[in-house]
Amino acid sequence: MTSGLKAFWAVLTVLTVIVAFWYAACVPMNIKGVLTEQERAGAKVQPPSAKDRRDMSEFGLVLNNSFAIPATWEQDRPRLPAPHQVAIEMWETTVQKKITSKRSLIYHGWVTLSATMLGFAIGTGLGILLAVGIVHSRVMDLSVMPWAIVSQTIPIIALAPMIIVVLYSVGIQGIIPKAVISAYLSFFPVVVGMVKGLRSPDAMQLDLLRTYGASRSQGFWKLRLPASMPYLFTSLKIGIAASLVGAIVGELPTGAVAGLGARLLAGSYYGQTVQIWSALFAAAILAAGLVALLGLIERTVLKRMGMAQ
Amino acid sequence: MILVIGAILLWLLGWWVNGRLASGPYADTRIVGVVAPLIFGLTIIGMWELLVRGLEVPLVILPAPSVIAVRFVDSLPILWADFVQTIVKGALSGYIIGCGAAFLMAIAVDRWDFLRLGLLPVGNFVAALPIVGTAPILVMWFGFDWHSKAAVVVVMVFFPMLVNTVAGLREATAMQRDLMETYAATYLQSFLKLRLPAAMPFVFNGLKISTTLALIGAIVAEFFGSPTLGMGFRISTSVGQLSLDMVWAEIVVAALAGTAFYGAVAMIEKAMTFWHPSQRG
Repeated sequence: MTSGLKAFWAVLTVLTVIVAFWYAACVPMNIKGVLTEQERAGAKVQPPSAKDRRDMSEFGLVLNNSFAIPATWEQDRPRLPAPHQVAIEMWETTVQKKITSKRSLIYHGWVTLSATMLGFAIGTGLGILLAVGIVHSRVMDLSVMPWAIVSQTIPIIALAPMIIVVLYSVGIQGIIPKAVISAYLSFFPVVVGMVKGLRSPDAMQLDLLRTYGASRSQGFWKLRLPASMPYLFTSLKIGIAASLVGAIVGELPTGAVAGLGARLLAGSYYGQTVQIWSALFAAAILAAGLVALLGLIERTVLKRMGMAQ
Repeated sequence: MILVIGAILLWLLGWWVNGRLASGPYADTRIVGVVAPLIFGLTIIGMWELLVRGLEVPLVILPAPSVIAVRFVDSLPILWADFVQTIVKGALSGYIIGCGAAFLMAIAVDRWDFLRLGLLPVGNFVAALPIVGTAPILVMWFGFDWHSKAAVVVVMVFFPMLVNTVAGLREATAMQRDLMETYAATYLQSFLKLRLPAAMPFVFNGLKISTTLALIGAIVAEFFGSPTLGMGFRISTSVGQLSLDMVWAEIVVAALAGTAFYGAVAMIEKAMTFWHPSQRG
């Protein structure tokens, strides 16, 4: 227990240092914009001309104008928003907005999450089926498996904009194109992991089943499938993270309609940095939640199967 | 119609040949291991060509492989310029900076237990996040040119590399460490002669994962703004103009670059960790 406590304090310290560093970084990042605003409001700024300030280093400006430091954490459109600004924006766009509102992060998060989940379900299902085929058919193993492995080294996400546009031109839009991208991104990790898992029983165990006179399907259901579970969950965690990235990237070429990717793109078009950061954190929370949920299912399943370490 | 029947026949032929290869006497040799996937790939491309022509699929939905190949050869100078901009300048420089920084950080994390306890959970957490989302912020900070793409790549590869390297540096067993102790080895000696070599398989695992991440980061970051050059830029603008043959040509480049990059790292790994069981065939 004491080691757990120690780890807790260590993580807390690291997080505190990160937040402190973040606040400190806001000062030089935002100082130029702040000084321009303050000058317009009539404050005495050192040096007074904007041209001189442009050539000066950020740190020199901070030293000369220390009165402006608090303002660097309160800007409207800062280069780097302070943590509390992001937190306030997230609070306002989640709790204080109706979830049907176009400005609600929960609405946009749901748009992305639904595409992610649909794509993930399709990709995982097909991936498991192909893995079963590869394990049972030597021809498929020889011809398909190398391509599944090679696909892991290729940035196949580059296909995303084309899929959106092509499906749109044949009249399919909405959730399906994004789900297609999520599906193929989660498909290949699941195939590779699942093949490894279904092959994980060793020769001794396979021989034992043969001495029992087990049929091929019995061998599959009673030995190969249970043995593959740890591998399956590992690749599911990779797959869901890839699915989420796919759904976010899939929202970019449609011109920022709805979803977290659209929030990112709209934020970068209009310089709404606080909006970008809050969308980014929403995506991070979503990803962490999905991975944690899979981890929970993994622990429960493995415990019930008696495989938990 | 004849072309469609041809496609079906081609499929049957390819499958039959691979079936013979798989059940034949040479099924486990290296040659079959290379030839069978090649036959499968060529069958798919042949079917693609025949079906696109036979069913008269419009170019804006799916161009035939021959059209893509012609476009690829015709626009080699553009493709090369995009390759240099995105892969060499953006991805490769970010990859080197990010992996180097993560490696140094990993040594520090390994040296001080407090850092390991505190930073590793954070690193594991961050490694699972959609980091590509930082692209709009970094593009805003570092401008439209390749510097911002390199920055995205740095952030993307840092944590997977860090987590893998730290795991690797803990790989040497207590027995081996004790042996170094009995030799009166200093920290540096035991690091250079025992723990760093033992960590190499993990380090290379991190490096290999990072190759794909680097390409993804560099290409996706260009969707958020870039000069009129680069693979991500070309893909998004060509999609807008519905010249899908160009998009496919860029994807071919991305595929070749990704495989070559991964292959290069894997070859260095083979040369440096020849002693590891996984490399002794």
